[in-house]
Amino acid sequence: MESYIWLIPVLPLAAFVVTLIFGRWWIKDSAHWLPILAMLGSFGLSIAAFIQVRGAEEPVVVELWRWFSVGSFQVPFAFQVDQLSAVMLLVVTGVGLLIFIYSRGYMRGDSGYYRFFAYMSLFAFSMLLLVLAGNYLLLYFGWEAVGLCSYYLIGYYYHKPEAAAAGKKAFIVNRVGDFGFGLGVMLIFVTFGTLDYVGVFEQVVAGSAGQGVLIGIALLLFMGAMGKSAQFPLHVWLPDAMEGPTPVSALIHAATMVTAGVYLVARSSVIFASAPSALLVVGAIGTFTAIFAAVIGICQKDIKKVLAYSTVSQLGYMFMALGVGAWAIAIFHLVTHAFFKALLFLGAGSVIHSVGGEQDMDKMGGLAKRIPVTYYTLVAGALALSGIFPFAGFWSKDDILGAVWRDGKYVFWAVGLIAAFITAFYTFRMIFMTFFGKPRMDEETEKHVHESPWSMIVPLVVLAVASLLGGFLGLPGELGAIQRFLEPVFAPANAILGIEEQSLTAIDYALMVASLIVAMMGIAFAWLLYVRRPADLPQFFGALFRPAYKVVYNKFYIDEFYAATVVRLAVDGSRWVWHRFDEHVIDGAAHGVAWLWQRAGSGLRPLQTGRVQNYLLGMFIGVFVIVTLVIFL
Amino acid sequence: MGATPADMPIPVDWYLYLSAVLFLIGAAGVLTRRNLFIILFSLELMMNAVNLNLVGFSRFHENLVGQNFVLFVMAVAAAEAAVGLAIATALFRNRQTLMVDLFDRMKG
Repeated sequence: MESYIWLIPVLPLAAFVVTLIFGRWWIKDSAHWLPILAMLGSFGLSIAAFIQVRGAEEPVVVELWRWFSVGSFQVPFAFQVDQLSAVMLLVVTGVGLLIFIYSRGYMRGDSGYYRFFAYMSLFAFSMLLLVLAGNYLLLYFGWEAVGLCSYYLIGYYYHKPEAAAAGKKAFIVNRVGDFGFGLGVMLIFVTFGTLDYVGVFEQVVAGSAGQGVLIGIALLLFMGAMGKSAQFPLHVWLPDAMEGPTPVSALIHAATMVTAGVYLVARSSVIFASAPSALLVVGAIGTFTAIFAAVIGICQKDIKKVLAYSTVSQLGYMFMALGVGAWAIAIFHLVTHAFFKALLFLGAGSVIHSVGGEQDMDKMGGLAKRIPVTYYTLVAGALALSGIFPFAGFWSKDDILGAVWRDGKYVFWAVGLIAAFITAFYTFRMIFMTFFGKPRMDEETEKHVHESPWSMIVPLVVLAVASLLGGFLGLPGELGAIQRFLEPVFAPANAILGIEEQSLTAIDYALMVASLIVAMMGIAFAWLLYVRRPADLPQFFGALFRPAYKVVYNKFYIDEFYAATVVRLAVDGSRWVWHRFDEHVIDGAAHGVAWLWQRAGSGLRPLQTGRVQNYLLGMFIGVFVIVTLVIFL
Repeated sequence: MGATPADMPIPVDWYLYLSAVLFLIGAAGVLTRRNLFIILFSLELMMNAVNLNLVGFSRFHENLVGQNFVLFVMAVAAAEAAVGLAIATALFRNRQTLMVDLFDRMKG
């Protein structure tokens, strides 16, 4: 494994460099081949790593070279391969490969074709670096690099002002979280004197740090996770990030990058387990975000925005699971979510593609017969997201709710259950608005509705199969393959928390049935409102919930609140500093120095008469004075 | 002053007084006169005051190196005069005057 592990991130990096340099004039419309082949290679190597790491008790650390060496600050450029990074590798390269293939069809003919694939490859490199990192600094490097790629790709259509603004927003909001993450990394170094996972976790288990410090580290790390994984109150950037091309939304803002926060917390499970109050914060924020974003998802009209809020909500579920120490289940949900959310985004992209770029669901409808493959795969994704047996989301979401119940966090469980209802509702609202009823687009568009090319269909079908079968990786109780696989990684954290594997009881089955019923109710309710449409019902709900609808439709005015407080403070404060401090103090100092020498110069100018005899006189006087001093002193 | 050598009829002090007077006259001329030629003459005067010093001390110390120096200084002074007069000619052709107080183009 030591011999080839470095190739996994380097292959996409090479594809990036070559595509970027030669793409514009030489490779042009064939720019997809190299990145796809690179991803295929990385995927193959990831499978090899996955097989080799199976059952290994200790993580494999591969030190490539020494990165920093300043006094006691020693940071190797090291990769750590264990079960957790192996799972992440498979998700990133597997889903990534499918999305690269999809992009071939979706981005075809775009003027920035090579640029798109170059950035996507750079993203794949950064994300693989992030999951392979063997210490917190390298993780931080990958973390920032994926943020940078996210910025590039959100602003891919940079000539659109909204896209450019969304890119900036994503970058700046992430900066808030990353600031905390950076402080957390520093605190880890100050406390433990190392940044290597192995060394840090050993010392945490040995109890060499105080409770307060551990809580501080955990919360600072979680702050970074909140930014990257779009948890309340730093969730605002993700819906705007939908300005990017749809494959970008699928890869970066659904399947991989936004789950980096979940990965970070799971990776640091030992630290979080040793700081139970921080763990509670993780769970509470996750639970709140799960329902908060789901509620907003109900009222969105843009098909991608619905999915964006759904992603925020599902990430909330993952943090809820982490908050009760169900690390493996959170990763399991991460994996299934990567499958079905990538599927939903790619399907939505296929829909958008077929109706000529329209994203507003009010202008869709009746597409089921026209684009059947997209329809069936998208329904598979929707069933998985809603948590309908036997799709992937059912298993992972119920594992989460079951774990929360077992931990005794009944409030989390209840909120999670309500969120599950809302999830099923908005998911099928989207399906019904898009595919059912009468077409609501104009005739010209309707005439041109067409199924997408094979390069888009194949990834959809593969992901639909994965969404159908992926859940069987993590059957509850002792049947869970993925839980067993991840066992060595999370064993220390579970030992700290005292979590033991429990066999299934009647209550688990009851919980499963309960959440299944709730999900069905959500779908039925959506069907009632958007397909059956009894005459008076929509009006009834409209009248009942009008003020609430307005608040939710405007996303709880969070953006407006930020604009009025944080942004305004920053802008006004900066303007004040600009006008007062910059213009007066800084510029004043620079101008003052210039003024001083100017005045001194014009004051001394008359001395230069231009007459040699004057100078000569000065010289004589000088010599006279010096000689006099030498002689008489 | 040390003891005068036995065969030195005029004491070295006298040379120094004369040389100092010549030097001051030369310096005053250089500093005050407006005509470039007079300034050059005054420069020669200063140079020769120095020569006189050298000769006087050479005799005083009974060391002929000083007199060798004087020969060199005279040769260099001749060269300097040639160059100086050439410059004066060039200047006159340019400005039709040799009054140095009019040459103040380098005024700040």
